[in-house]
Amino acid sequence: MNNNNGAAFDAIEVSRHYRMGDAVVRAVDRLSLKIAHGEYVALLGASGSGKSTLLNLLAGLDRPTSGAIFANGRDISGMSAEELARHRNQTIGIVFQAFHLLPKMTLEENVELPLRLAETPRAERPARVREALDRVLLTARRAHHPSQLSGGEQQRAAIARALVNRPSILLADEPTGNLDTRTGEEILQLIEGLHHPAGASMDGGAADGAARGMTVVLVTHEQALAERFADRIVTISDGRIEREERR
Amino acid sequence: MKAGDLLELASRNLREAVLRNTLTTLGIAVGVASLVAMLSLGVGLQEFASRRLERTGLFDSIYVRPRQSAARPGPGGGFGRQQQQQDADASAGVPTSPDIRPLDEAARKEIEALPGVIEVYSEVHFTAEASLGASGQLTTVAGLPASDSSNDAFDDMEGHFFSSADATEVILRAEMAQSLADAANIQPAALIGRTLTLRFPQRQARAAAPAAPAAAGLNDLGMGFSIVPTEKAFTIVGIVVTGDPGVGPGGLGGSGAYIPLKVAEQLAPVQGSDLREVMDESSASGSAGAGGVRYANLTLRTDGPGSVQPVEDAIKHMGFSTFSLLDVTKNLRLLFAILDMLLGIFGSLALAVASLGIVNTLVMAILERRREIGVLKALGASNRDVRRLFFLEAGVMGLAGGVVGVGMGWAIGRAIQFGTRIYLNRQGVPAENIWSVPWWLALGAIAFAVLVSLAAGIVPASRAARLDPVQALRYE
Repeated sequence: MNNNNGAAFDAIEVSRHYRMGDAVVRAVDRLSLKIAHGEYVALLGASGSGKSTLLNLLAGLDRPTSGAIFANGRDISGMSAEELARHRNQTIGIVFQAFHLLPKMTLEENVELPLRLAETPRAERPARVREALDRVLLTARRAHHPSQLSGGEQQRAAIARALVNRPSILLADEPTGNLDTRTGEEILQLIEGLHHPAGASMDGGAADGAARGMTVVLVTHEQALAERFADRIVTISDGRIEREERR
Repeated sequence: MKAGDLLELASRNLREAVLRNTLTTLGIAVGVASLVAMLSLGVGLQEFASRRLERTGLFDSIYVRPRQSAARPGPGGGFGRQQQQQDADASAGVPTSPDIRPLDEAARKEIEALPGVIEVYSEVHFTAEASLGASGQLTTVAGLPASDSSNDAFDDMEGHFFSSADATEVILRAEMAQSLADAANIQPAALIGRTLTLRFPQRQARAAAPAAPAAAGLNDLGMGFSIVPTEKAFTIVGIVVTGDPGVGPGGLGGSGAYIPLKVAEQLAPVQGSDLREVMDESSASGSAGAGGVRYANLTLRTDGPGSVQPVEDAIKHMGFSTFSLLDVTKNLRLLFAILDMLLGIFGSLALAVASLGIVNTLVMAILERRREIGVLKALGASNRDVRRLFFLEAGVMGLAGGVVGVGMGWAIGRAIQFGTRIYLNRQGVPAENIWSVPWWLALGAIAFAVLVSLAAGIVPASRAARLDPVQALRYE
């Protein structure tokens, strides 16, 4: 099913319930959220509030118990496993708190992985990898293994990996969670640079976001960071939207 | 993901857990090695047996008889109603049916011209008195074709085979040599080089019909030929120790001396088959068979057992009866096929155990690489990609194990062969090759190892593909 309403994400009455023994955990409960193209949305909430579960649902890593999620107008909740994999590879880039770089691979090889999965011709790959590493200023470290890098550098490498397939949406799950404050801020500055690329319009609201760069959905529990970088803050509690604040 | 990328990732993953994967691969290699060693022994024994049997000449030979004579009383024959009628017709001067064809010189030439036929000869087997000096003793003499020089019956002979096809040389059977040596009060080996005289009844064609029945002597029976006592001197060149060489269907059991076939044919001795001719000619008042040579049977050699069936078919089509030991070969092949199957089953047991090692290794790999699987899925790997990746890892281990295993199996076979040679030499038996790794066995064993490994990888690969990426990413 398609829903061409121009939104990057349109989650309608989405629920994700888990069964733990006899109890049912309502991680996300009848939540509706619309995110426009080019918008920078922060999902704010305490630990266990359901924000990461929501992010996983938007990423297509998890399937909703009920409700529908449209990404770029396509209903991802009804997609087959193969289609969801393509969605994750082509439409979105994901950054995790724990970086999740493959330790035995060099940065270059880590960044190349999504290109392999996308079956990008081998001849094109070196240039694409270099372009992604250039954006996160890690070209000089491309032959290093993750263990040879600092936490901040690892997260920048993870961002390069998320960008290499040139997705329109970046999903970041607590990207600063494993970093010190200063490094965390550098990472968020980097993400902000993707959302507001040099030369793009800085004014206007979410409506003209398409002209402003990538759509960013940031999961964080740090309100100050959310307030500083996001266009909109969606506070989640007990699997529901508690508050929305446009900035 | 493209096959090249999958292969690259699979190889990288295998290198990362190098010790475990090497041990698993070694397990497969040992399984394949045992399979190859077992089957190479089976194949080697089969080749050994075939080689030995082929050298007897029995399995590439065909025995040809005229259809008419095949139905006569005697070895393998018997009177049938149709045959009785044909004989009656022949006696009455009525032409026999066209499919009953005499086995004459023309037929022999026609058979010789068939593709795959390398030699055609008639059996010559006659009774003679053999003597070194004054006293002699009766024995049977057989003519041997030149091709019998490769017959393994002559491998261990004392002396040598005939120097040429028309040499006036004789080879004695051990029992005959012993008997002659005892009579001369010498050692059998001392017979070699001495002259042996053979006295035998010779068949001579009559120049013309006898003038009157009263003029016929004892050696003139009113037939198309005369019987004349003849003798000929031969040089003893060898003593054959083992059994009778495989001449004719089942051999000429009991021959005491062997001379070159060509010489035997030139001697024209009276043979058992001549008695049949006597009967025929007597009953037909000498009107039939007085002209050219008619063979009671012919033996022919083909260029290999593979040619036997087509040549046999062609000869039957020419109107003759044939006999070969092809059916015996078929049974032998069946026996070896069963032996190979049993050896293969025993050899495969080790490979089956090794396949459990693959399952174990891949299951361990899934546990260790849960997060990696989660990351791959988060980056866009489909279930199919993950399944193929693990499947390929199993296949690569199977391929490597198969290649190494074939090498190990070959080495084990060589060791067995080496040990066997030493043992046989110590026993005073000539060493024989009882081991063989043909290319089809090597390739088949590798393919089987890959197949078993892929089968072992099915369940772990499916488990990996089904992993929930969210759970996998949470895994510590």
